[in-house]
Amino acid sequence: MLRLPPFTYLAPRSLAEAVALLGEHGPAAQLVAGGTDLYPSMKRRLFTPAKLIGLRGLTELQQLSGGAAGTETILGAGLTLTQLATHPLLAQHYPALTQAAQLISTPQLRNMGTLGGNLCLDTRCTYYNQSEEWRQALGYCLKKAGHTCWVAPGSTHCLAVQSADLAPVLIALDAQVQLVGPLGERWLPLAALYQNDGLTYLTKAPNEILSAVRLPPTTNQRVSYQKLRRRGAFDFPILSVAVALQQRADGVCTAARVVLGAVASAPIRVTAAERTLVGNKLDDETLAAAAQAAFAQAKPLDNTDLTLAYRKQMVRIYTQRALRTLAAQPEEK
Amino acid sequence: MQSEPLQVIGTSVRKVDAVRKVTGQTCYAGDIDLPRLLHCKLLRSTQPHARLAGIDTQAAQALPGIVAVITGADLPKPYGLLAASIDEQPLARDKVRFVGDPVAAVVALSEEQAAAALAQIKVDYLPLDPVMALTQAVRAPTTEPIHAYAEQGNLQKMLALQFGNVDQGFAAADLIQEDLFFYEGNTHLPMEEHATVAHYEADGKLTVWSATQTPHYLHRALAGYFDLAPSRVRVIAPPTGGGFGGKAEPLNHEFVVAKLAMLTGRPVKIVLTREEVFYTHRGRHPVLMRLKTGVKHNGAITAMAFDALLDGGAYGSYGIVTTHYVGALQTVTYQVPTYRFQGARLFTNKPPCGPKRGHGTPQPRFALEIQLDKIAEKLAINPLDLRLNHLAPPYSQTANHLTITTTGLGDCLQAVADRAHFRERYGHLPLGRGLGLAAGAYVTGAARPIYANQMPHAGVQLLVDRGGGVTIFCGSTDIGQGSDSVLAMIVAEELGLTVADIHVVTSDTALTPVDLGSFSSRVTLMTGNAALAAVQQMKAKLLQTAARVLKVTSSQLVMQHGRIFVAENAKRSIAFSDLVKLAEAEHGTLGATGSYTPPERGGRYKGSGLGPTPAYSYSACIAEVQVDLETAELTVAKIWLAHDIGRALNPILVQGQIEGSVYMGLGEALMEEQVFRRGLHKGPSMLDYKSPTFLEMPEIETILIETNEPEGPYGAKEVGQGPLLPVMPALANALFDAVGVRIDETPITAAKIFKALQLQAKGAQARIGPTHFPAVAYPELLSVESQWGQAAPGSAGHTGKGQ
Repeated sequence: MLRLPPFTYLAPRSLAEAVALLGEHGPAAQLVAGGTDLYPSMKRRLFTPAKLIGLRGLTELQQLSGGAAGTETILGAGLTLTQLATHPLLAQHYPALTQAAQLISTPQLRNMGTLGGNLCLDTRCTYYNQSEEWRQALGYCLKKAGHTCWVAPGSTHCLAVQSADLAPVLIALDAQVQLVGPLGERWLPLAALYQNDGLTYLTKAPNEILSAVRLPPTTNQRVSYQKLRRRGAFDFPILSVAVALQQRADGVCTAARVVLGAVASAPIRVTAAERTLVGNKLDDETLAAAAQAAFAQAKPLDNTDLTLAYRKQMVRIYTQRALRTLAAQPEEK
Repeated sequence: MQSEPLQVIGTSVRKVDAVRKVTGQTCYAGDIDLPRLLHCKLLRSTQPHARLAGIDTQAAQALPGIVAVITGADLPKPYGLLAASIDEQPLARDKVRFVGDPVAAVVALSEEQAAAALAQIKVDYLPLDPVMALTQAVRAPTTEPIHAYAEQGNLQKMLALQFGNVDQGFAAADLIQEDLFFYEGNTHLPMEEHATVAHYEADGKLTVWSATQTPHYLHRALAGYFDLAPSRVRVIAPPTGGGFGGKAEPLNHEFVVAKLAMLTGRPVKIVLTREEVFYTHRGRHPVLMRLKTGVKHNGAITAMAFDALLDGGAYGSYGIVTTHYVGALQTVTYQVPTYRFQGARLFTNKPPCGPKRGHGTPQPRFALEIQLDKIAEKLAINPLDLRLNHLAPPYSQTANHLTITTTGLGDCLQAVADRAHFRERYGHLPLGRGLGLAAGAYVTGAARPIYANQMPHAGVQLLVDRGGGVTIFCGSTDIGQGSDSVLAMIVAEELGLTVADIHVVTSDTALTPVDLGSFSSRVTLMTGNAALAAVQQMKAKLLQTAARVLKVTSSQLVMQHGRIFVAENAKRSIAFSDLVKLAEAEHGTLGATGSYTPPERGGRYKGSGLGPTPAYSYSACIAEVQVDLETAELTVAKIWLAHDIGRALNPILVQGQIEGSVYMGLGEALMEEQVFRRGLHKGPSMLDYKSPTFLEMPEIETILIETNEPEGPYGAKEVGQGPLLPVMPALANALFDAVGVRIDETPITAAKIFKALQLQAKGAQARIGPTHFPAVAYPELLSVESQWGQAAPGSAGHTGKGQ
């Protein structure tokens, strides 16, 4: 069988201790929560950290507060995906988040995987998520130990795909994330956590720990999450669309967020689509124009399952589907 | 003798190994641990095609924990399952032929140490042009052929056979339909990765435990390879966690650990990773096909011509057999008076293909059943009638000299059509919803062995001890299909016991008589008949004693519920456990043997050995699908599958095999594909190689058709493979009924359906599939008279009795 490389597991008892350990060991250390992505990647020698700092025991990362109407909600980064997928308050106020969590991988992996782990998920690529021997045979790649991006050999930067299910939906919900480091804590919009580079896909400093997610108070907005994948379980998204909309009583859209996942190295906010929607009634023509804007902006590449042509086509259809789901609800009545 | 109704046969008793398996007590090959055990890892080629200029193992040898490092120089002889393709080395010698081909082996105190040492082995490759596609393999090699022994360039083997006057048949046709199809390669994906432990003991005996479907072939191969007397080699196949054909021949890692055990004097173990299982492969051959069928206005076939190019991958494996099977079984479902088959197997620089469930028959069946649908559409005949009106009759011969005994295909077709309301609903469902029908047939065991000999194909030895215990010894291998349970049921039935009373000892070449192995759906019929022969003998001995004790004749006695009693007066009885003591006193130690040799079947022409069987099983399938008209995503709503089982010895096990076949069929039809980029498998893992989860499984309605096959034990035929065959074309046909597009290749993905719907919207031909069939310089056609319409010769298989 594939064996893990040797490592020392450190089990801090507080977030402060975890931050201190991370500072002490520097690049030799990596954080681990559920380990559902990290351990398989370590078996493939994508990572060979000498130390792993385990976050599972930290009660500070387990909080879930708020959730009532009109208040903001704080979600600890250590909450498991199963907890997110089954929590009644979340289901009531943020059903799209619940749904997105339910669509991640398999029940067994959701029992282990965490909110923070999902948001910090390593970018993925069919030339990268392979064993050491496979990558050696290929000649390695830009993301790890090589010089060529096999997806686009002319590319100077890594094109691996941001594949976290929760990122698009939380960006659509206008979530903030808390980062804790040696200098204290800071909050930033989740969208600002990501950058469109497969290699350095997070703006988080190496010595910071993502500790919590803050959701603004629920408003009358509605959110939809649509995920494309081959199977009903187990698969990462090869396209995801999250849309949040607010409409006036007369049906005119007053606010919109359209976010695409799994078509770039970061979640993509489609502002052109949002501009099309805001200020207009959500008739078929408007929805089609918004979907067209998403289609135009998405540039999927041949580094996931299925063909890039199909994924590109599905951007329009999945966006339209998300919009129709939301606009179909007769608010004006 | 008794004419009581059967007590065990025909009941859904639990598998004899079920509780052990679900409670985790089963010891698979990978679970074996022995004192002083060493661990082996293989270094595999990083090049798809290259000459080996040198291997430097010095640095690896110096690492801590390393006991030995060996290369091809230490295992210089080639091996291969078929005499005509002895073309593999346990470790590559002169060249490597695919990424994953083993080049060196490390044996160490721990698996981690062995793995770490691999990275320190330096291999010098001189790259050659890789051949990654069929279309490339048919052309003359640019650098050098993959194997020097191929018939022509990279064409390993070509076949050209004709039965009857095919040209005349086409001339008599009212409609000639010609299509190209491509069936993509896919792999077995058993849950258990291959694992082997070898131990060479001080007395000069080699014992090998291996996850294999064919311990007898492995026994022969190891003895031959290492020049050991077969009496010094013992092969044990522990319970195997799925085979499907991927563990049906001796494999490189088995020779390597045997060699390392002999070299070190310590037991050596290897457990392949999932990725290595993808490289070991022997899976479904990708096949490019051209099928041309001539029919009368009423749908009667006048001639069929079939061309097939098989992408064999890097080595021979079973490939020549596969090539024959690709051409063999088109004739046993419908009446085909004249038939031509031209086929070739080609070498490419990919993991070797071999036998996978349905061995060589799903690909042509996919082509034939889709083409029949196209013909039905053109002739405006319901696809059900097109099939029902032209069924190959029972007890007849086919154009290519195959003998059909019983056939329940008509009943199977009728049953699925009735249950699915096919006549009322086909062609009338709303856009996006569709029904598809297809049929298939498969062998219940190959009638001829892979090495010519006059000995039985299956043997059973029976021991009854004085405590009343009954032990069955048989070389058959339970790979999850339930063969141990079938043996226990037959013996329990005949002796009036329950399966819980029976011990089953199987697949150990030192303890059990030879059975050829778990392949070609042969085990229930062949070992079943052998078990029946053995137990009937044992029964005669026991009844002789009972008759003496109870003062009646044997024919007045019944064995049931653990007792032997007089049929007319059940009170006059004796317990089985008491009887065996008296019988042992009378006869001495109670033993019996039985064996089975299939009937002589098939033609006399060269190549006639593959296709014949004691009995064909038949299946029919209807699939109902829903296609999302926007995204082209296909959902399977329901599957109906009727199977001619001859007789269901254990209905729940039969149903399980059918459901497993449907599951595999959904994967092959809709998802699974062996894709290679830059010489590398695109996704050698269970995450990236897409096969269905249970969320993709629809409701399945299974219908068992019993035809009481005279060749089978209690009338039984096979079920392990046949039900797979109609599933894939039924899905393709259902897609057409749903949205009117044809995908003439597998897998039928949403991306392909989407493209076809775009073509349809543009008014273009809404078809995705191959458009070109390369020319191949086949040898001269071997022309043989068609035997179509002749009555079946009446030869039954024979069972042998030992003493």
